[in-house]
Amino acid sequence: MKPKFSVSDLNLFYGNFQALHQINIEIPSNQVTALIGPSGCGKSTFLRTLNRMNDLVDTAKITGNIQLDGENIYSDIDVMKLRTRVGMVFQKPNPFPMSIYDNIAYGPRCQGVKDKQRLNQIVEDSLRGAALWDEVKDRLNKSAMGLSGGQQQRLCIARAIAMEPEVILMDEPTSALDPIATKKVEELMEQLKKKYTIVIVTHSMQQAARISDKTAFFLMGELIEFDDTNKVFTNPQDKRTEDYITGRFG
Amino acid sequence: MKKDMSLNKRRVVLEKFFHGVFLLAALIAVLSVALIIIFIFGKGLAPFFSGNEYGTYSFIDFITGLKWTPQSGEYGVGYMIVNSIFATFGAILVGVPIALFTAVFIAEIAPKWLAGIVRPAIELLAAIPSVLYGVFGFAVITPLVKQFSPYPTGDSLLAVIIVLTIMILPTIVAVVETAIRAVPKSYKEGSLALGASKIQTIFKVTLPAARSGILTGIILGVGRAIGETMAVILVAGNPESGIATTIFSRVRLLTTNIALEQGYAAKLHEQMLFSTAVVLFIFIMIINLVLAQIQKRGGDR
Repeated sequence: MKPKFSVSDLNLFYGNFQALHQINIEIPSNQVTALIGPSGCGKSTFLRTLNRMNDLVDTAKITGNIQLDGENIYSDIDVMKLRTRVGMVFQKPNPFPMSIYDNIAYGPRCQGVKDKQRLNQIVEDSLRGAALWDEVKDRLNKSAMGLSGGQQQRLCIARAIAMEPEVILMDEPTSALDPIATKKVEELMEQLKKKYTIVIVTHSMQQAARISDKTAFFLMGELIEFDDTNKVFTNPQDKRTEDYITGRFG
Repeated sequence: MKKDMSLNKRRVVLEKFFHGVFLLAALIAVLSVALIIIFIFGKGLAPFFSGNEYGTYSFIDFITGLKWTPQSGEYGVGYMIVNSIFATFGAILVGVPIALFTAVFIAEIAPKWLAGIVRPAIELLAAIPSVLYGVFGFAVITPLVKQFSPYPTGDSLLAVIIVLTIMILPTIVAVVETAIRAVPKSYKEGSLALGASKIQTIFKVTLPAARSGILTGIILGVGRAIGETMAVILVAGNPESGIATTIFSRVRLLTTNIALEQGYAAKLHEQMLFSTAVVLFIFIMIINLVLAQIQKRGGDR
């Protein structure tokens, strides 16, 4: 199967500090790929190279290349278009301080969608897609800030879905949520991977084992191991991977 | 070892003492306001009641009068009220958009080194004494206005508005910039990650999220514009009558009226200046109340 992302010889520097070393990885379509590793290992940094969010950091410099369906995203492309294809959900739920409806409609509106009927449809479909519709359908015009943490995070997922992306990047999406909300988001991911390619950074090994098809282990800015999740967790090829997943460090 | 739990007398007394100090400081502020109000209202309202030792004056004539000629006993501040509104409104109309864009530029768009130059420059602008703005307006702006004016002098509403605009810029910019910086980075990231452009993010997410701070900035700007006296005197022309009919008209404002004549006024004339102060005071209170209401609603949403 053709990979969604194929990354070759990727290096990333923050000023003089090299955060990523020679990353080579092929991320498959319509699967959940988990990125694990201790804090500061570069997994979040790597995730942010996939939709060029690192462009926001002035000092970040990148060499190598990342292809999305065969097109180099670090060539002269429209970054905003890229981000409509590769959506992102953040660690802390970050709904905008506006109504639930406006939160979902925000992305499409920025792309010039004005038709009221179409927006209504997008909002409903996205909220259904994020398993939030039934909980909020009666208060779409209420502020999104009044939702619980778990609802806010699913709203952020719905907001990402509204752009009809091909990929959804998730940066520790459940680390700020309680176990029940976490479970809901995880179940949602199971649904989402039928339509989308998901790349998730997680600190929870159990989570990676539960939800992902592929797991990549990062250490000190290097990709140590990348394989099917059961293989990585039951029969890791590298000693350092084994040490990490068995809890000997990190 | 067990700790000694007996009362420490010195500490208790010290606590009480500082409570007193804080209370006293707070009372001084409240008392000052009360005294000012009593004094101004007492002197300023006296002419409108019968039995005033310097003679009475009709309140209606005072508030609607379009002529201020103490030598002939006419004290009308109606035209000054209108002119004050024109000048303040004009300065806000011109100044707020400029200040908003400046603040956005410094906080969001400018490279660090340029923001590092613009921000201190704006802050310095706020520290310049207002009379220097007046001198600058007198030396530079009125001659400039004269070039375009159909009248023989450059003293005009336009000159007042320009000077006030420059004066309120730093106040509004500083407050708005702080408000913009206080908008959580996660909002911006969320917006950009949805494929919004930088400009869309600023107008649709950052500025709405900062609106409470923006309103505060505007309120402070209005306060500064309406209360400004020294700078305005030097460029306004201060005629004895007349609502501004064009931006080139010479104008007299409530503040300048008081400052110009307080030095030599006596008896009824002096009291009428206090009456002007009462009008100014009420004016500012109304504006503050209205803007505070707007801010409350804006912040609640």
